[in-house]
Amino acid sequence: MIKAILVFNNYGKPRLTKFYHHYAEDVQQNIIRETFQLVSKRDDSVVCNFLEGGSLIGGSDYRLIYRHYATLYFVFCVDSSESELGILDLIQVFVETLDKCFENVCELDLIFHVDKVHHILNELVMGGMVLETNANEILLRIEEQNKLEKQEAGLSTAPARAVSAVKNMNIPQQIKDMKLPDLPNIGGLKF
Amino acid sequence: MTFRKVVDNFERFFDKNLTDLVRGIRNNKENEAKYIAQCIEEIKEELKQDNAAIKSNAVAKLTYLQMLGYDMSWAAFNIIEVMSSTKFTHKRIGYLAASQCFNENTEVIMLTTNMIKKDLNSQNMYDAGCAMSSLSCFVSTDLSHDLANDIMTLLSSTKPYLRKKAVLLMFKIFLKYPEALKPAFPRLKEKLEDPDPGVQSAAVNVICELARKNPKNYLSLAPIFFKIMGTSTNNWMLIKIIKLFGSLMPIEPRLGKKLLEPLTNIIHSTSAMSLLYECVNTIIAILISISNGLPYYNSSIQLCVQKLRILIEDSDQNLKYLGLLAMSKILKTHPKSVQAHKDLVLACLDDKDESIRLRALDLLYGMVSKKNLMEVVEKLMKNMSESQLGNKYRDELLSKIIDICSQNDYQFIVDFEWYLSVLIDLTRVEGGTSHGTLISQKILDVAIRVESIRKFATNQMAIIIDNSYMFISTSVCEVLYAASWICGEFVEYLPDKQNVLFGLLVKQSLPAHIESIFIHNACKIYSKICEEEKDTEKLKEIANRIIGCLDPFLVSEDLEVQERATNFLQIVKISLEPETTNFASIFYAYPLNPVASIAQQKVPVPQELLIDEPFRDAEEEVEEVNHFIQSFYVKENNEDGYQDHQDYQDQQDQQDQSDQQDSKYKDTKHRQLDRENNPHYLKTNKKRNFNETDVICEPDSAEEAYDFTLKERNKNFIPGLASSEAYAKKSKESRKKSKKSKKPDENQEEEDSQLVTIKGLEMPEGAEIEDPEPIKVKKKVTKKKVKKEKEKEKEKEKGKEKGKEKEKGKEKSKKKKIKQEKAT
Repeated sequence: MIKAILVFNNYGKPRLTKFYHHYAEDVQQNIIRETFQLVSKRDDSVVCNFLEGGSLIGGSDYRLIYRHYATLYFVFCVDSSESELGILDLIQVFVETLDKCFENVCELDLIFHVDKVHHILNELVMGGMVLETNANEILLRIEEQNKLEKQEAGLSTAPARAVSAVKNMNIPQQIKDMKLPDLPNIGGLKF
Repeated sequence: MTFRKVVDNFERFFDKNLTDLVRGIRNNKENEAKYIAQCIEEIKEELKQDNAAIKSNAVAKLTYLQMLGYDMSWAAFNIIEVMSSTKFTHKRIGYLAASQCFNENTEVIMLTTNMIKKDLNSQNMYDAGCAMSSLSCFVSTDLSHDLANDIMTLLSSTKPYLRKKAVLLMFKIFLKYPEALKPAFPRLKEKLEDPDPGVQSAAVNVICELARKNPKNYLSLAPIFFKIMGTSTNNWMLIKIIKLFGSLMPIEPRLGKKLLEPLTNIIHSTSAMSLLYECVNTIIAILISISNGLPYYNSSIQLCVQKLRILIEDSDQNLKYLGLLAMSKILKTHPKSVQAHKDLVLACLDDKDESIRLRALDLLYGMVSKKNLMEVVEKLMKNMSESQLGNKYRDELLSKIIDICSQNDYQFIVDFEWYLSVLIDLTRVEGGTSHGTLISQKILDVAIRVESIRKFATNQMAIIIDNSYMFISTSVCEVLYAASWICGEFVEYLPDKQNVLFGLLVKQSLPAHIESIFIHNACKIYSKICEEEKDTEKLKEIANRIIGCLDPFLVSEDLEVQERATNFLQIVKISLEPETTNFASIFYAYPLNPVASIAQQKVPVPQELLIDEPFRDAEEEVEEVNHFIQSFYVKENNEDGYQDHQDYQDQQDQQDQSDQQDSKYKDTKHRQLDRENNPHYLKTNKKRNFNETDVICEPDSAEEAYDFTLKERNKNFIPGLASSEAYAKKSKESRKKSKKSKKPDENQEEEDSQLVTIKGLEMPEGAEIEDPEPIKVKKKVTKKKVKKEKEKEKEKEKGKEKGKEKEKGKEKSKKKKIKQEKAT
């Protein structure tokens, strides 16, 4: 079972939090802080991606499995029924899917569209169990849901969209893109 | 009216949407909290509107704020309103908010039952999909009870997307409402063979989770899983199945044997490391469960070890870590097959990742043997001196070295001189260590228990005492404790007694407990000198010098030091008197033998000793006092002739109280006085336990960091102090030579002569260290140990006869060694 999925940046700012076990908001924030401290002090290039769980989340049976992409950490807290390498691969699938949905995903996409990221995650993991690992199937489902949304939007929300378009225009040149580097593939791990 | 509504709506168009909120927070980094508080106020306003779009926008913003740690449970009802919207867009926002904020204790979720029911049966598949995703996060017992049937119906939906989600949701329902499991189980079983791979995978997933909780019930499904394992190519699912077999196996051992072949096949055929790793792991579990290691299984072990080697050799740190982890599991049951890969494990000790190094250390513990111990420890010692190590890791490494050497009562140690020099080296590691006490204990243990090492040990310790200034401010100063004790106890081996004696009496800034042990052992050495030295003039000279040296200790702040110094002073004075007492009889009445740390507990309690019973009942005592007081007053009353009974009663009550207090006060005063006057009374506020060193030493300054890398060695070189490296070299050379030059018979002889007897730990009569009570020791080990000890005793008896022969043998081998040294 997966107990929690956390995405935060290099400074520990949460970009996505999903707890499959109920914690009060302040505990959640403490967990994020603790996990960030555990993960961020490790030197990426030489260390492995597994960690014993923190004191706040889990216990002896739980481990933190994480990947670090450019400015973002993707951390999964899982128990021993999950395969370590499998979860690493799941993170890869998640990020690849994000990359396809946002077209070259960067931290800003996650900042401004956290709801969409949640919807994508919901197609991967459900209630702490892995739902789907096939990236194509996930993409298909998300596209279909997006279509539904567009149909509903139709004419009625046109003025709102116009307004938000105007609002967007004011921003000078938007914000610089922080692009994630090309996603490395793990050799021989294909699902 | 309609116009007003339109205007109202129009204004709402300029409300912040989620993007505006995020942007606003980013632009108000200075006063984020204030800005967010303002936004929450706005959100509250928006939630009051009737328009569903506005409401869902507000809820979406709240969901974002929840991630930042703001409570949103106050909006629970509004979330339900948004969930019940007819539009998918709004509904999804509502369900997302619910999954983030609701839990089974949220009160309003009772209101969601019908709405969720409607959504589950909705025409739009995604309505049901997002309802199920969300429900899986906050499902409660009541909800499970009410919705179990609807979800069960979805198990046989025509759409795989819904079947898949329903299967996973069922697991959550079983957790809250176990009664649902029985009727749902046949359908769940069907799903194991669903044509859609996603549904099949979900079903496997759920069964695995169920089997983890109660494996027995799912044994009957083994054939189906067996079939899937043979046909499926979905690695994710295969991993789950293999893990499942791992948890089923302990209950059905026959399963393990059956599994070996297909697992081996997968290992050979797969290219996915994750699958390979899980297969190896499960095979290891099988082999452990079939403990009667038939030769037939040797090939599977070999295969596992071989594959793990590939993992460990991989450049990917993750594979390396997992490989070592699995390797340590094999080590427990099949140490020999792992020992072949010692080179690999040793190489991992140089890895940059600390967690990998620690895993490798774990493995090393089980890999050493008589033959390779020296080599392994040498390698570890080299690692110790690498300066970039963290303190924590260095300490871990140090305690591991000691663990490895002293395991099974020094089973693998051939040359104790070498071991002692290792221990001494450890005290001089650059950067110091917090394990000073441990090292000190081990040095003591070896010196006491291995008689043949005592001369060497005493010599080495004397050198350490000579250079004690080098150990002053590090935590390794504990080693001085051992050094002084050994010098004092085995004083007959000391080369230069006077030198050591005065070395101990130099006033340095050592912790008090070490200073006091110094003085004590100086006293022991002095007694020996008295016994040996016949020249009274010389003795006088020494005694006077000692008296001079003791001065600073006599005024020490520490009571223990003061007391011991005074003691020593008096003894020296007595010795100066013309008719000196025989000191040897005081200090060397009989030899000290090692006593097991649990020996005291084994001394049987005499039957007549009633420890739990108080000497006197507390209540009885109080009553007696009362009685006494009362009788006193009655007497008084009679004398004075009180008439008014009431008056008397009051008087008595008052006096009673005050007198009681008075007597109490007097009692305590009296007791205090008694205490102060009584010279034998031990004051409890300055308790000191000498075995537990409670003096915390300051971390050493950079100046006193000790190097022993070859280059810088000269700086801190202590002449005469043994180094483990030198010993290791010597032993290597001698081994080479002996192989070349000696006949096998002679070899045997030499090995015999090198056998060192280790004294067993003493216990009270009839008790054995291995007695299961009160300290629990594993039974298997105890039997072996008892046997060993019996054998040792027998050997000792025999040894008395053969002693002479042995001595001859020793001499021979010594001569040979000397010859070799000369030759080299």
